[in-house]
Amino acid sequence: MLAKRIIPCLDIRDGQTVKGVNFLSLKTVGDPVELARSYSGQGADELVFLDISATIEGRKAFSGLVERIALNIDIPFTVGGGISTVEDASVLLRAGADKVSVNSAAVRNPELISEIASRFGSQCVVVAIDARNVGGTWRVTTHGGTRFSDRELFSWAEHAERLGAGEILFTSMDHDGTCGGYACEVYRKLSGQLGIPVIASGGAGNAGHIIDVLSPEGGCADAALAASIFHYGEVLIPDLKRQLADRGIPVRL
Amino acid sequence: MTGIIDYDAGNIRSVENALKRLGAGYVISSDSQVLSSCDRLILPGVGDAAWAMARLRANGLADFIRNTDRPLLGICLGMQLLCSWSEEGDVECLGIFPNRVRHFSSVLPGNMPLKIPHVGWNDITSLKTGLFDGVAEGSYVYFVHSYCADIGEDTASVTGYGVPFSSSLCRDNFMGCQFHPEKSGDVGERILSNFIRLRR
Repeated sequence: MLAKRIIPCLDIRDGQTVKGVNFLSLKTVGDPVELARSYSGQGADELVFLDISATIEGRKAFSGLVERIALNIDIPFTVGGGISTVEDASVLLRAGADKVSVNSAAVRNPELISEIASRFGSQCVVVAIDARNVGGTWRVTTHGGTRFSDRELFSWAEHAERLGAGEILFTSMDHDGTCGGYACEVYRKLSGQLGIPVIASGGAGNAGHIIDVLSPEGGCADAALAASIFHYGEVLIPDLKRQLADRGIPVRL
Repeated sequence: MTGIIDYDAGNIRSVENALKRLGAGYVISSDSQVLSSCDRLILPGVGDAAWAMARLRANGLADFIRNTDRPLLGICLGMQLLCSWSEEGDVECLGIFPNRVRHFSSVLPGNMPLKIPHVGWNDITSLKTGLFDGVAEGSYVYFVHSYCADIGEDTASVTGYGVPFSSSLCRDNFMGCQFHPEKSGDVGERILSNFIRLRR
């Protein structure tokens, strides 16, 4: 049976991990490859690396890092952050990334999705969507949730699928950082509406939240992404997976 | 020495990286002279079956593959090309395995709302062949595909996604896996290290 996926997300600046990680006894906490290897060893199903570099040198360091990750890690990984052209995606995929995620640039220029999909296949295009609930309407935001676009979440997700998105990674900016749980009802609706996998992101505070968003009675999401609860050791992946399996949710143990 | 068959059907890199991690020597080539000097061969592949078959026929690799006596492992599209026919472009394939390759939407029971492609970790059961030495029944491996091979006497493992399909095949010196061993963690590493111990 196809397993639900658990995906730790790492923020990278200038080729180094940014967020503190305080549960791993690593030689270099900043080295994303060592962190990635550790997560892979614990049973992470996939990894996401987001480049938050602000400089050209930082972006170059990122593509060099992607090559090292591809050489050292034997599970699939997605990279994102600032991808705005097919060429940006091409550099990262050629360096060995399995998938790229596009966000703000796709809102501005939706053809970017079909261009990457037709050249490299839909399976490697993740469309990341950040949105906020404004008076009952989920409005899509860009630039890390700081700017509103004129798009609405459900129609944009459907449009992205038609253009060739292979997966949708939706983050509720209302839930992100709260540790109060995922926006389950939104994932449930997205999952029923789309024919491609839905990845939940934003709001995880404990294992129960992840169980809720993946369960068929809850969010029905195909995968759950989280950052700080894994980095700070509040949730350990082997424990989480055992709890999911105990609830009858298929996971890779 | 392992030969990776290069026919412009992408994603050689991840196979290459996996062999590097195993410390295995390899050569990448589209030249049948070079490939025939290897101990074993890998046929990778991502993309369209009809296009890939046209590429293999154009550079004489189709006949080379059919006639080789070296252990040969097809991965993903590489496995599908070793079958008799693919619905993707309605193309006759290499015919090593009699199995036929169909799109999931053609084989799934009506109104079964499964997402296509089949992406992610799924389990492999009914394991046969030395490729799976040390691999437990029900182990999880990583899949990304929209087309699947039916079950037959060469089926070496079975996976279910709405319907059961051949997640690997084996006949004589030919093997194929629909999943990506190079992206399947420790289980995949075990499968690849079993393969690189094989010789003619």
